[in-house]
Amino acid sequence: MLMRLFVIVVFILHSTLAFAAGKNSIQIKGSDTMVNLAQAWAEVYMEQNPGAFVAVTGGGSGTGLSSLIMGTCSIAMSSRNIKDKEVSLAKQKGTQPYEAKVALDGLAVVVNPNNPVNKLTIEQLAAIFSGRITNWKEVGGPDSKIVILSREVNSGTHVYFKEHVLRKNDPNSKEEFAPSALMLPSSQAIADEIAGNAGAIGYYGMGYISPKQKPVAVAADAKSEYVQPTIDNVIKGKYPISRPLFLYTNGKPEGPIKEFMDFVLSKEGQEIVLKTDFVPLK
Amino acid sequence: MHLRKFKEFIIEKLILISGLASVIFVALIFFFLLKDGFSLFKSVNPLGFLSGKSWYPISEPPQLGILPLIIGSLIVTLGATVISVPIGVACALYISEIAPGKVKEVLKAGVELLAAIPSVVLGFIGMVTLVPWVKNIFNLPTGLTALSGSIMLAFMAMPTIVSVAEDALYSVPKSYKEGALALGATRWQTIHRVLLPAASSGILAAVMLGIGRVIGETMAVMMITGNSAVIPKMIFSNLFGFAQPVRTMTATIAAEMGETVVGSEHYFALFAIGIVLFIISFFINVTADLFLHREKKKI
Repeated sequence: MLMRLFVIVVFILHSTLAFAAGKNSIQIKGSDTMVNLAQAWAEVYMEQNPGAFVAVTGGGSGTGLSSLIMGTCSIAMSSRNIKDKEVSLAKQKGTQPYEAKVALDGLAVVVNPNNPVNKLTIEQLAAIFSGRITNWKEVGGPDSKIVILSREVNSGTHVYFKEHVLRKNDPNSKEEFAPSALMLPSSQAIADEIAGNAGAIGYYGMGYISPKQKPVAVAADAKSEYVQPTIDNVIKGKYPISRPLFLYTNGKPEGPIKEFMDFVLSKEGQEIVLKTDFVPLK
Repeated sequence: MHLRKFKEFIIEKLILISGLASVIFVALIFFFLLKDGFSLFKSVNPLGFLSGKSWYPISEPPQLGILPLIIGSLIVTLGATVISVPIGVACALYISEIAPGKVKEVLKAGVELLAAIPSVVLGFIGMVTLVPWVKNIFNLPTGLTALSGSIMLAFMAMPTIVSVAEDALYSVPKSYKEGALALGATRWQTIHRVLLPAASSGILAAVMLGIGRVIGETMAVMMITGNSAVIPKMIFSNLFGFAQPVRTMTATIAAEMGETVVGSEHYFALFAIGIVLFIISFFINVTADLFLHREKKKI
């Protein structure tokens, strides 16, 4: 097993190096949330600029940023801000991560359509996901156990949800996901489990909502209005759990990378954002 | 003449290098694991690491306790062993002792085919069929549990157990069986009084190799055990921990390696988990090897 893994790693390293060698090629790597979006950008961009080559791979925000720091990709996609640790590591390696906000994403909190619960406050969400509330009847639902679904810790979505919902933006808060929370490897896995489990609650980017899951309306506190996660509400800033999505480059972008970044922020690039179920900046 | 000798020499050396390659790889991997894994223990107490009950690797400061992960791995492995060993040994018995020629061939091919299914496929099948099934039968809040993982891993351990145990049964000298039958023993008496004891060390080796396969399995486990790092309550209503989601060591490494900041405590902790896994599977393999050798000496 270990042997096989080693061979695979060598092979992957080899192929990435071979790819990176092309001068006109742009390597984009990182957040799984943003893979579809970046792929859509890349396809349109390559159509308009024959000769340009943009390759997009996922792996998680952390993976993308560490590849950028190590110099194995030219743009890192990230659904969270770069961490201080990563900035200092980048300094050691001689790279200067440059941040550009490229889109917004609303995080939907979803339950099974058979669940009568329609709305929750941030306070209730924090209590549910940290394990203080364990039964649906405490938030106006049936008498059944709440099954918490979360993304793995390699996901920017996980980090964002913890910092902004569980810890309510308080850097001193020690709030954590309940140890009993199920850590699933992808947003799709969460969507599937929600569809088949009447007691489950989970979260993911708005793009994954389908009729098999029901998004709940969220209110910042008990006195505020309950808001559905729709594109309109995110643009207006009414929906309380929305986050920026970033592209990081090494230093201020130049040459072909700058052209690509300009395209991303252009009107056309932002229309693609809307088409892939994310929220444009304006 | 000289050229021929030279050719012989080159070929011999090339084969030698290939032969040594696997040993060198293992040594290099072990060295690499140790180097990065031990960096963790500069800042973290090894005992606290092994016995800590909270696994929150990305918090500030990180809580790196892998006890829930070790217990998760052990529970899933125990369950898979309990399921796969009786079925696997019985299957080996049937193939080697009872099945008529054609059935034997079909069964052998079937078992080999089972070994050829990629674990991600088994995980996927488990996710869409077994998980809802476990949830409904046991009336659990979720089907992503240790039990689901155990059942799926039992399928993965079966081919190893069947083929090694069958070899062991096959290598019991024919005279033993003939002697037992000549003394008037029935077929079942011959099997469980003579054949099974004679092949016992080989069968134990088969079991150990099966366990080794299970404890190192990653993909299927990650997809169907729910991955929550909590120590299950070992009470009856909880099926002694099996009705609860668990997080295994392998799934932890696979799920988290992508995110870690290279050189952080979390990164080193994942390597340290690798060391723990390596030690466990090393012991399992050595035990299996000891049993296999004992059998060869005896016969």
